[in-house]
Amino acid sequence: MQKHLVVIGNGMAAGRMLEHLTDLAPDAYRITVFGAEPRVNYNRILLSPVLSGEKRFEDIVTHDDAWYATRGITLVKGGEITAIDRTARTVTARDGNVTPYDALVIATGSSPFIVPVPGHKLPGVVAYRDLDDVDAMLAAAEKGGSAVVIGGGLLGLEAAAGLKLRGMDVTVLHLMPTLMERQLDPAAGYLLQQAMEARGIRVICRANTRAILGEERVAAVALDDGTDLPADLVVMAVGIRPNAALARAAGLAVNRGLLVDDHLRADDPAIFALGECVEHRGQCYGLVAPLFDMARVLAAQLAGDGTAAYAGSITSTKLKVTGIDLFSAGDFAEGEGREEIVLRDAARGIYKRLVIQDDRLIGAVMYGETADGGWFFDLLRKETPIAEMRDTLIFGQAFAGGAALDPMAAVAALPDEAEICGCNGVCKGRITGAIIDKGLTSLDDVRAHTKASASCGSCTGLVEQVMQLTLGDAFARKLVQPVCTCTDLGHDDVRRLILAKGLKSVPAVMQELEWKTSCGCAKCRPALNYYLLCAWPGDYVDDNQSRFINERVHANIQKDGTYSVVPRMWGGVTSASELRAIADVVDKFAIPTVKVTGGQRIDLLGVRKEDLPAVWADLNAAGMVSGHAYAKALRTVKTCVGSEWCRFGTQDSTGLGIKLEKTMWGAWTPAKVKLGVSGCPRNCAEATCKDIGVICIDSGYDIHFAGAAGLDIKGTELLGHADDEEEAIEIILALTQAYREQARYLERIYKWAKRVGTESIRAQVIDDRDRRAALAARFRHAQQFAQVDPWAERVAGFEAHEFRPMAHFQPREAAE
Amino acid sequence: MNAFTDHWLDIGSLEDIPRRGARVVRAAGGDIAVFRTADDQVFALRDRCPHKGGPLSQGIVHDRAVTCPLHNWVIDLDSGKARGPDEGCSNVIPVRLEQGRIQLRYPALA
Repeated sequence: MQKHLVVIGNGMAAGRMLEHLTDLAPDAYRITVFGAEPRVNYNRILLSPVLSGEKRFEDIVTHDDAWYATRGITLVKGGEITAIDRTARTVTARDGNVTPYDALVIATGSSPFIVPVPGHKLPGVVAYRDLDDVDAMLAAAEKGGSAVVIGGGLLGLEAAAGLKLRGMDVTVLHLMPTLMERQLDPAAGYLLQQAMEARGIRVICRANTRAILGEERVAAVALDDGTDLPADLVVMAVGIRPNAALARAAGLAVNRGLLVDDHLRADDPAIFALGECVEHRGQCYGLVAPLFDMARVLAAQLAGDGTAAYAGSITSTKLKVTGIDLFSAGDFAEGEGREEIVLRDAARGIYKRLVIQDDRLIGAVMYGETADGGWFFDLLRKETPIAEMRDTLIFGQAFAGGAALDPMAAVAALPDEAEICGCNGVCKGRITGAIIDKGLTSLDDVRAHTKASASCGSCTGLVEQVMQLTLGDAFARKLVQPVCTCTDLGHDDVRRLILAKGLKSVPAVMQELEWKTSCGCAKCRPALNYYLLCAWPGDYVDDNQSRFINERVHANIQKDGTYSVVPRMWGGVTSASELRAIADVVDKFAIPTVKVTGGQRIDLLGVRKEDLPAVWADLNAAGMVSGHAYAKALRTVKTCVGSEWCRFGTQDSTGLGIKLEKTMWGAWTPAKVKLGVSGCPRNCAEATCKDIGVICIDSGYDIHFAGAAGLDIKGTELLGHADDEEEAIEIILALTQAYREQARYLERIYKWAKRVGTESIRAQVIDDRDRRAALAARFRHAQQFAQVDPWAERVAGFEAHEFRPMAHFQPREAAE
Repeated sequence: MNAFTDHWLDIGSLEDIPRRGARVVRAAGGDIAVFRTADDQVFALRDRCPHKGGPLSQGIVHDRAVTCPLHNWVIDLDSGKARGPDEGCSNVIPVRLEQGRIQLRYPALA
């Protein structure tokens, strides 16, 4: 019979261990995992990018439900274990359920250390540890105001940077004289402080918190020196302590953490432990690389390799704040017999310091330029003698190797044992081996098989270089389709970064995101203009020069350089006076062609550009506005006559169509949006091939979407049902807003739905009522600024230069 | 009127054209597109794309190029030549900027 392995804790250490174990010995155990958090396993070290908005939670999930299912592992989410009975070999969950085990792994991790100052329990005081903390911080950041982060270590600084990007006023309090003093020497700490301050974050070192003040919730932080700092949010990031209470209660030997030997066994032959809850050779770890080292060893142990042993880890650190490059490893305190090599380049903001003892590198601190971090770390761990290269050591690997300063050459020069991925301890040889043995060709494959660059991602470039070297031209490096040749970033990255970095103009985006051309091209500029417009409604000033001609002059250019004009006809309904005004305009401006469009309105073709404002003035005078027939925007709402006239009509489809069009006109979207509303399932308005379609039925309204009737033909999918008009409109507004915020420029709704999946859209706009309401509210907010008739603006003289030649020269021969 | 035959004719000021934009000058020999780049350089081309005659003055101006509004050919403003794999050329009209005023050379207008 299979032995039963029970794992307490579902963090990164446990996840990684199970991965190795089920690879090594898939059938050795029946496995049950108890996780206290109510969700699947995610990459905790990437919470900072989630906080800053540079990643989403879905991006950092490491093991989803399907993973547990395929490996036959039972995951009990929200299953907190409260007791271990070592005699009976059982564990007891909070709900009283008792589970027997043959082997037990304790991976309970660590808890944030909360400084027990007065007021530390006030609402508004949070730690920075899990997704709930991030959610709490994001909720606070939404309201704005001031945040005080207590603790100037890795986590505290990442939290501060994230909150700043989310728009809060941020102060960091640090007890010690310089930031990150455990990883950085004072000089690098000082440079780091400058960089944080340059981002508008206030840093107070030697700050001792006396109390957190507030009545019902936090209001201020009081320091020893009498300073009171106003605070709407206080983040405690002063450190972690191993979660060993459960083990202690079970009578296991516990010091600071649960004591384990080199086989990661506690003082009970059936109990193992790993991760941040353990103490090994006097060390407790709070970084990810040692956890993964332990995971490998423990998996081997459990799979039957009794010799697998853990000898401790030398750690290196990288700060995950976009734009700040910082690396430290080893021991860099000054001391007897230690020498140091320092390189400073103030102009470039670079500082590097190497600490050497007995001809070996024992510590490295780098700020501003960290490309050689991996190489130094390699020398350090292998205790390589450095006498021969000592003179040029600080200039890094390229110099030492005598090779050209070409990054590819530098990677080529790395030995197979050189570590590429610090988080997961993956060396170059393992990556090249996996590429060749398994025929890997994409970065995702390499991540899946080797875990290289699968955690913090900062070595992605290096991994790609290794792939390039191994595969040559066969390696298609661009995984993300870039927006255009002006950038390597994809659409989604650009959109996220616009929000995260608060970029509010096309030049700002190009500057901050390092565009490769001076002012973009006809592909990226319209996309950026749209993304900015969508991100900052009412704030962003439309860049007309970044719009296609049709949107710049609010008419459709034709093959001969003339334009077509389509006035809006709400829901396809018109009147004698509108038709008369149209007829008059056609006569007055000798417009050659008048045609009925597929969207139930009238197209005036062949209008000269110079005549456009005068044509619009006449149409405006008759109460007509732009139909946006030329725009990536809401186009038409096609309707049938519905219950008003039709003997089959179930609802007032015409009325609903008009309401929708009146609510939605003027909204810019990634690509054109056409709606249809049919009064019964006979579907005379052809709603089921539209971007969004409504089919009225006796019991209400079926909301369809993602149809197409152009290059592609596709019937719509049923999104959900609304009982009344109000709900139907709410759903459609939320859907449109989700599309506006999430789709890529020029991506029609059906393509967007295909890419992200109908389910994910339904979850946002049908299932999650709060989210639906928030989306619809954002749409309505943006509409306040969008519902301005562009024709009337131009009739009034806006952008007049567009419609007049700059100069006019008659033939001069006559004058001679 | 010999004085006219090799003259620079004033067509307006630099400010009359938006940055990264263009304006049209109507002339007997056909429309001329006058471009102003992001760094305030001016260029002038016959307002016809070598592909299908699209009005280049209506395109998006980027770097020293314009993308035709009809079929997205990218035309180099210096040479009038199509960039990339496309082949074709739009006539370059001599243009200069004198103290903020844009001037075209006369014979090109005829």
